[in-house]
Amino acid sequence: MSLLLTEGLGRRFGGLEAVRDVDLALREGEVRALIGPNGAGKTTLVSMLCGRIAASSGRIHFAGREVTRLPAHRRIRMGMAYTFQITSIFAELTVRENVRLAVQRVADDAALELRVAETLACVGLEGRADQRAGDLAYGHQRLVEVAMGLGQAPRLLILDEPTQGLSDGEVAGFVALIRAVARETTVLLIEHNIDVVMALADRITVLNFGRVIAEGAPAEIRADPVVQEAYLGG
Amino acid sequence: MSRALVLHLGLIAVLFAAAFLLPAYHHGNLARIMVLAVYAMGYNILFGYAGLLSLGHAMFFAAGMYGMGLTVRYWDWPMILALPFGTLAAAALALLVAVLALRTAGVAFMIVTLMFSQAGFLVILYFNPITRGDEGFVIPQAARRLAGLDLSDPMNRYLAALVLFSVVLLACHRLVLSRLGRVLVAIRENEERARLLGYDVWAHKLGAVVLSGSVAGAAGAAYGALFGSVGASFAEVPFSILPLLYVLAGGAGTVIGPFVGTAFMFYLRDLAGTVTDAHMLVAGAALIALTLFARRGLMGLVRARWAGWLP
Repeated sequence: MSLLLTEGLGRRFGGLEAVRDVDLALREGEVRALIGPNGAGKTTLVSMLCGRIAASSGRIHFAGREVTRLPAHRRIRMGMAYTFQITSIFAELTVRENVRLAVQRVADDAALELRVAETLACVGLEGRADQRAGDLAYGHQRLVEVAMGLGQAPRLLILDEPTQGLSDGEVAGFVALIRAVARETTVLLIEHNIDVVMALADRITVLNFGRVIAEGAPAEIRADPVVQEAYLGG
Repeated sequence: MSRALVLHLGLIAVLFAAAFLLPAYHHGNLARIMVLAVYAMGYNILFGYAGLLSLGHAMFFAAGMYGMGLTVRYWDWPMILALPFGTLAAAALALLVAVLALRTAGVAFMIVTLMFSQAGFLVILYFNPITRGDEGFVIPQAARRLAGLDLSDPMNRYLAALVLFSVVLLACHRLVLSRLGRVLVAIRENEERARLLGYDVWAHKLGAVVLSGSVAGAAGAAYGALFGSVGASFAEVPFSILPLLYVLAGGAGTVIGPFVGTAFMFYLRDLAGTVTDAHMLVAGAALIALTLFARRGLMGLVRARWAGWLP
C-alpha cells in the first residue's frame, strides 16, 4: 500500500508549467530518490507534497487520506517532515532549541530532553548543542536541518538536497544516518550527488521539464538511455 | 529553583519591601509604574515573543478601562465583577481585531491595528453622552473598593498594583518557558520553518493577540480602578506607542524588560521634567542612545553580556 500517492499533479507559475501530470507512488518503507537537472521541478514537486505551495491540478493522498487542500501544518502533523533546500533554521536560537522545537510536538515532557539529546547525537551535533545555530558552519547548519526532520519522528521524511555543501566525510556520515533512519521511515530524497543516490535509493524517479521521464531501480535508471541523455550526460 | 525564577521572585520581594520604605511621592509613582508595566508585559507577549508589532494596543487598554468604568458608573457593579468584565471586554475586542488584522503581516499589520485603535477612540468620542470621552469621568471613591479594601488609599493601591503585577510577571515567566512560549518565539524567528514543523502559525498568532490584548485590558481596568479616572485620552495613539517604547527600552522578549523599561522611561521623563519643559526631547535622546548602544533594550543588553539564561 502506498504511503504517498499523487495523481496528475501539476503546478503552473504564470505561463510556466513547472510540474505537470506527475503520478507518484511511494511504498511505505522505501527510499525514493528524485533526480533531474536544475529547474526540472523537483523542489516545486515536493513543496506541493508538504503543502508549502498549492497544486494547480491533480491530487495528493497521504497515509490513506486526500491532503491536496490541507494546510502544510496539518500534513506535517500527519507525519510528513520536510527539510529545506535553502537552509531554514532558527538562526538566533541554539542548536538544542532548534531541535527541541521539532521534537516537542511529538514527545511529552518526560521524554522531551532525552529525545532531543538522542536526535542531536544521531547527527553528531551533541557537542555543539548550546551554540547559536546561526554561528555554525554551513555543513553543520545542514545537519541541524536534518535533525529537525528526524526529531519529528516522521512517517515520510522529505529531504531536499541534504548533502549540498557537505564535505566528503560528512556525506559518508549522512549516508550511514539515512540508512539507519530508512529502517523505520519512508524517505523521499532530492539529491544531485549521484553516489549518494545510488547508495541509498531503492527506486529512483527522474524528472525533466516538470515531467517524470523514468522511474525504476537504480540499475535500470543508470542504464536508461533517455535518462542518460537528459541528465547523466550520456 | 531556576535563576530566572529567583530573579522574578526577588523583584516582587523588593517591590513589596518598597511599599513600606518609599517616600510618598515615589510610592505613588511605583504603583503607577507597576500597572503600566502590566500593560507593557501584555504588549511584550505579542511584540517581544510572537514578533507582531501592534500600533493599536491603546484600544485594548481602553476596552478594559471602559469595560470596568461603564459597568461601575451605570450599573453600580462591584469591582470584583467590573475588573474581570473589563478584561473580558478587551479579550473579545482582541479576538475580533485579531481575526481581521491577522490577514495582514508586517507593516500592514501595524497600520491595520493603528486604524482599528483610532476607530475605537472615535467610537468613544461618538458616544460621548455615555462615555464622557472628551473630559473623562471619575470613578467615585465609594466604588473603588475590592474585597473590603479602599483602593484609593495609597498603601492599598500599591499592594493591589503589586498583586496584579506579580501575577502577570509570573504568568509571563511560565508562558515563555512553556511549549507555547517556545512556539511563539519560533514563529517570530522563522514563520515558515515553524509552519513546517507542524505548528498552526495563524492559531498561535491569534492566541497571542488575544492574550496580549487581555493583559493590556486588565491593566486598563486596574488603572481606572486604582487611579480613579476613565477617559478617551487612554485610547489615543500616543497611548499605543507607550508600551512599544517601554518594551524597546527595557528589552523586547525578556520577562523583566517591560518593567525595567517602564520604570526607566517614567523616571527619565520625571527627572527631565524637573530640568526642562522639553522633557520629551530627553526621552527622544535616550531612545536614540538605546538604539545605538543597546539595540535589544536594557535587559537585552544584560542578557547578551552577562546573563544568557535570562528568559
